[in-house]
Amino acid sequence: MLGLSDITEGTARVVGFDPVREPLAVKRRVGYLPDQVGFYDGLTAADNMRYMARLIGLGRQERDERIKSALEHVGLAEVADRRVSTFSRGMRQRLGLAEILMKDAQIAILDEPTSGLDPLATVELLEIIRNLKKHNVSVLLSSHLLERVQSVCDRVALFSGGDIVLMGTVPELRRQVLGGEFPVEIEAEGEGLRDRLAKVPGVRTVEATGPRHFRLLADRDVRPEAVVAVIEAGGRLYQISDLPSLEMIYTRYFQNLSNEGARHAA
Amino acid sequence: MRREGSPWQGLGAVVLKELSDHLSSWRMRILEWLVVVVAAVTVYAAIQQIKEATAEDPFLFLRLFTRAGGPLPLIALLSFLVPLVSIGLGFDLVNSEHNQRTLSRVLSQPIYRDALLLGKFLAGLATLAIGLVALWLLIIGLGLIMLGIPPGTEEVARAFIFLLVTIVYAGVWLALAMLFSILFRSAATAALAALGLWLFLTILWPLLAQPIANLITPNGDILAILNTQQILARFAPSALFNEIVAVVLDPSVRSTQQSMFAAMGLVLIERGAIPDAPIPLLQSLLVVWGQIVGLVAGTILLFVTGYIVFQRQEVRA
Repeated sequence: MLGLSDITEGTARVVGFDPVREPLAVKRRVGYLPDQVGFYDGLTAADNMRYMARLIGLGRQERDERIKSALEHVGLAEVADRRVSTFSRGMRQRLGLAEILMKDAQIAILDEPTSGLDPLATVELLEIIRNLKKHNVSVLLSSHLLERVQSVCDRVALFSGGDIVLMGTVPELRRQVLGGEFPVEIEAEGEGLRDRLAKVPGVRTVEATGPRHFRLLADRDVRPEAVVAVIEAGGRLYQISDLPSLEMIYTRYFQNLSNEGARHAA
Repeated sequence: MRREGSPWQGLGAVVLKELSDHLSSWRMRILEWLVVVVAAVTVYAAIQQIKEATAEDPFLFLRLFTRAGGPLPLIALLSFLVPLVSIGLGFDLVNSEHNQRTLSRVLSQPIYRDALLLGKFLAGLATLAIGLVALWLLIIGLGLIMLGIPPGTEEVARAFIFLLVTIVYAGVWLALAMLFSILFRSAATAALAALGLWLFLTILWPLLAQPIANLITPNGDILAILNTQQILARFAPSALFNEIVAVVLDPSVRSTQQSMFAAMGLVLIERGAIPDAPIPLLQSLLVVWGQIVGLVAGTILLFVTGYIVFQRQEVRA
């Protein structure tokens, strides 16, 4: 869409522009943060930004103002005059986001923005990404860290072999992939818990997977009821599982797919 | 349907950035010292020789460029120094952006690839031109001081054309180096390929030209063979450069074949011509017009090839 790969076939529209015929209009509105973003190491953060600003075609005054506010926004204002070669990976990613902010893009494409970051840096980066949303930027983000994605994304699309196979909010995906099934894992201790849990409305089956581990299959979210059931039985509750995560949906989807494939083969 | 916007958008920004990169780089510092040393050595050597030789020469000043003590006059030195420096500046122009992973970011800004490539080329050429102009001025200045005679108008004009031709010659090699920097992702490979081709064209190709000419010329006429040989040799930019400067800087040379025949002990005498009489600048230019056009065309051809390859290249990180 940004003209980084050669076009083989088909057409596309980006905010109403044809990337083949009007690439400049598209590129003015789209910001891109590649996986392992690179900067000119010999230049300072501000100089790197200044070069990009010149390429965008900003006037001198506007340029300096925007660079300053963008760098402040991502928390790099203090190191603006340091060479980028001294920056950590997290700082580079933030500098990349600052560039998108400076560009005032409508769409931001982020490729694996959190890969290779330590947990703290990841949290900070995701916070900045969430802020982008407040600036009316649509963020397109690709990632393999599904948990992280879940926490910032409104809608999720799963790709398989280059095609979108699933798209929607996380609850929507959950419904589509898992059907009506809600698996709940409970770790609890108590007398006759298994029967008690089986009587909770909505629960279809209860399976004891360990000395105090139970797996429920329900047709809706029965966790509050299950907790009440355990407490009422005088049991001690240690742990109850979260809703099926995006990661689980993902695994399940591809499991289903390969099962189907196996059936077709048979 | 035309694509929207100007292909030159962002060109100025790229040129400025690249130029400031070049000028502050270590390579530039090396280039500066090279310029100083080359100027000092050649002028000194040339003056020594000129002092001994002649006071009658009407084109004394041009001898500064063409004649120097020992085996290397300035023009011979330049004919291999310029490619070396050009390749040194150009071999990592594009692939360093790949390797720094800055290319995809730069190209996702609202500019065309045209601007980036042309900007890099122009900035490189400007850098080389700065070096060459400095060298040229140094030589003329030193010559003025040490010879004590001001150059005539025609001498200045000829020297100036020589400067332009040298810059174009640098452009050919810069375009070649840039082409390799587009073709090869690894800077070392690109440098090696460019240097290899340069060595081949300047050293091996002239040697090969003779047997090949012997092979492909049907009858054994020596003039025909020599002609073919010269045509073949002209595929090397350095051959074109040498022919041009030999004519431009020496008004008594009236044909590009003269030196070749002279080397074989032959003298080419045109009817009605007075041997060794100087010819006007315009006539000199006419003699080598083809070669000059050839150099410019070579630059453009190499640049366009690089441009086409670059347009189709996948630049996602």
